[in-house]
Amino acid sequence: MSVRASTRPSIIATAILVLGALYCLLPVAWVVVASTKSAGELFSTLTFLPSTHLLDNIAELVAYRDGLFWRWMANTALYAGVGGALSAIVSAMAGYALAKYQFAGKAAVFNVLLAGVLVPGVVLAIPQYLMLAQVELTNTYWAVLLPSIISPYGIYLARIYAAAAVPDEVVEAARTDGAGELRTFAQVAVPMMLPGLVTVFLFQFVAIWNNFMLPYIMLGDDRLFPITVGLSGLLNQGASQPAMYTLVITGALLSVIPLVALFLLLQRFWQVDLAAGAVKA
Amino acid sequence: MRLTTGTKVAAAVAATALLATACSSGGTGGDSADGEAVELTFWAWAPNIEKVVDVWNSEHPDIQVTVNKQDGGDPAVTKLLTAIEAGSGAPDLMQAEYQKIPQLVSSGALADIAGEISGELAGHFPDGVWNAVTLGSDAVYAVPQDSGPMQFYYREDVFAELGLEVPTTWEEYAEVARAVHAADPNTYLGTFSANDAGWFSGLTQQAGASWYGIDGDSWTVQIDSPEVQKVAGYWGGLVEEGIIDNKPMYTPEWNAALNDGSQVGWLSAIWAPGVLAGNAADTAGTWKMAPMPQWDAAAPATGNWGGSATAVTSQSEHAAEATQFIEWLNTDPAAVQALVDETGIYPADIPASTAALADPPAFFSNQPDFYELAAETAQTANPFTYGPNINVAYSAYNDEFAKATEARTQAAFLAAVEAVQTATIEDLKNSGFSVKE
Repeated sequence: MSVRASTRPSIIATAILVLGALYCLLPVAWVVVASTKSAGELFSTLTFLPSTHLLDNIAELVAYRDGLFWRWMANTALYAGVGGALSAIVSAMAGYALAKYQFAGKAAVFNVLLAGVLVPGVVLAIPQYLMLAQVELTNTYWAVLLPSIISPYGIYLARIYAAAAVPDEVVEAARTDGAGELRTFAQVAVPMMLPGLVTVFLFQFVAIWNNFMLPYIMLGDDRLFPITVGLSGLLNQGASQPAMYTLVITGALLSVIPLVALFLLLQRFWQVDLAAGAVKA
Repeated sequence: MRLTTGTKVAAAVAATALLATACSSGGTGGDSADGEAVELTFWAWAPNIEKVVDVWNSEHPDIQVTVNKQDGGDPAVTKLLTAIEAGSGAPDLMQAEYQKIPQLVSSGALADIAGEISGELAGHFPDGVWNAVTLGSDAVYAVPQDSGPMQFYYREDVFAELGLEVPTTWEEYAEVARAVHAADPNTYLGTFSANDAGWFSGLTQQAGASWYGIDGDSWTVQIDSPEVQKVAGYWGGLVEEGIIDNKPMYTPEWNAALNDGSQVGWLSAIWAPGVLAGNAADTAGTWKMAPMPQWDAAAPATGNWGGSATAVTSQSEHAAEATQFIEWLNTDPAAVQALVDETGIYPADIPASTAALADPPAFFSNQPDFYELAAETAQTANPFTYGPNINVAYSAYNDEFAKATEARTQAAFLAAVEAVQTATIEDLKNSGFSVKE
């Protein structure tokens, strides 16, 4: 009897979790409902009363400047996809090296890395702009991709994961069998680290997808904008213009759909990783 | 061939740069070999301005302009100044609000185009507007595009229902505000917005204030002048009495209040019809425009809120072509007509605007003489000087008046004026400008 009582969910804990869920889900629900309203209804009808203008709003958004919205979506996909993948590769290499090799200055490198985890990326945007301006790479796709590739947190995670998931014995065995270092890394270590690398990729993908400051400072050409910077521009057209709330809300709704889809698809890896971390780290 | 590490790095950088050029669809100032079109980039935020630029591009195959839409106002200025600081990345052309021009000039961001413009250009614009792009010197830093003379907008139907007269003085404005609020405690004639420094500086401009001045080689700051004190004290009194709302403008809440009739008036500028049409579509045909309430009915005056010019940046390699384009954009009759039709601005150019503004805006079709009345009020705009750190003054305004509107006392409004003055002078000195107190 007492055992059953202790496994029954506590009412307080459940209430806190429900509150947390509401806190996260209400804004999403608001965006979904608001995107179905016309501009006139947006601030005048009941907040959570849906309307019927979703398709009109999407059509208007798509028509804005000959479909510039899709270009922004494609840009964001490119920045997040390519940036996330490159970042995962670099993190895997650096993390593996830090976990499995002994070399002079290893502790120093790792400490710098830890310090890097603590520096928010926003602070680096302007110095990065000034550096890239010297090699004339600002206002190009590279301006957003290059700074996104190095993720101290990703390298840190990959190091922890390589130390836990790749036994030294396996690396030794591969070497004994005559595999070169690169081959050992690519064909032995990477498959074992894969769930951790998916986590690194997802973290970085989401970070780039939501990033505003870096592309905002780097890019002048509105055809290179990611969705975040593009939508912000629709809200800031000067005091003499009404803000295009309806378009921005609809755009925000459409822009999270790929993120939700990606999470659902990669959820399996995500769970594996959390469990692995709990036991091994 | 055996490559040294240095050569390899150089080659890699070069290859990356090539790739970069291939990737970017429109870098700054494309190279113009003989016979090739000059390519200009243009940072702007006026809606649909790219459609006006398309007209130019189809008529001028040798000078092609690409519009890059930016976040309006402060963000675009910050971005431009970062690019100027970095030495590359600025566009050839920039939409610049009048109040930002001193700051841009003192940062070396704008090119002096006095040598490129045609002689009669100055005659196209009202003196006050032209002064804003020359800063009273022989240089010319931009060509004016639009201006924002202020007027009073009100719900004609509500005024008729309550039997109210349109206020012509600020004293009457206070009485009408009292009557509107007495009839329905949820309804206000207007709001004092701590978010809109440009609106407040326009109100003080009407009262005869000028926030900055030039004394010899030094700047002066007069934000705590008696005129500004008078305006701040007046509004502080209305807010303290509770007959004027204390919420900021341009919020969803304010939009809803305009739409559902709990805000029945708006002290705004000539571009108000576009904002009202966007935010309060349900109220079409119920608004009317009148001149601003006056401090001195015998000497009618107004201020400006908004308005911008088009400038050539100091990084442009094609200043002559860029100047040719902005002269066309802002003074050619066809271009001005297109600006009015496509972007809904009130053009600064006098000769072309009469024809372009024959009909009232659609939202004010109930007021056929809308633009005639507007032109009369525009002529009464007082002179005003902006300084090189107006951004600091404006953000101090936001901070200090946010506190004052929260406190809801006249004393807090007057204290806020002092605080803005202090913050502005301090910053001006710290930035190395010579300041006379």
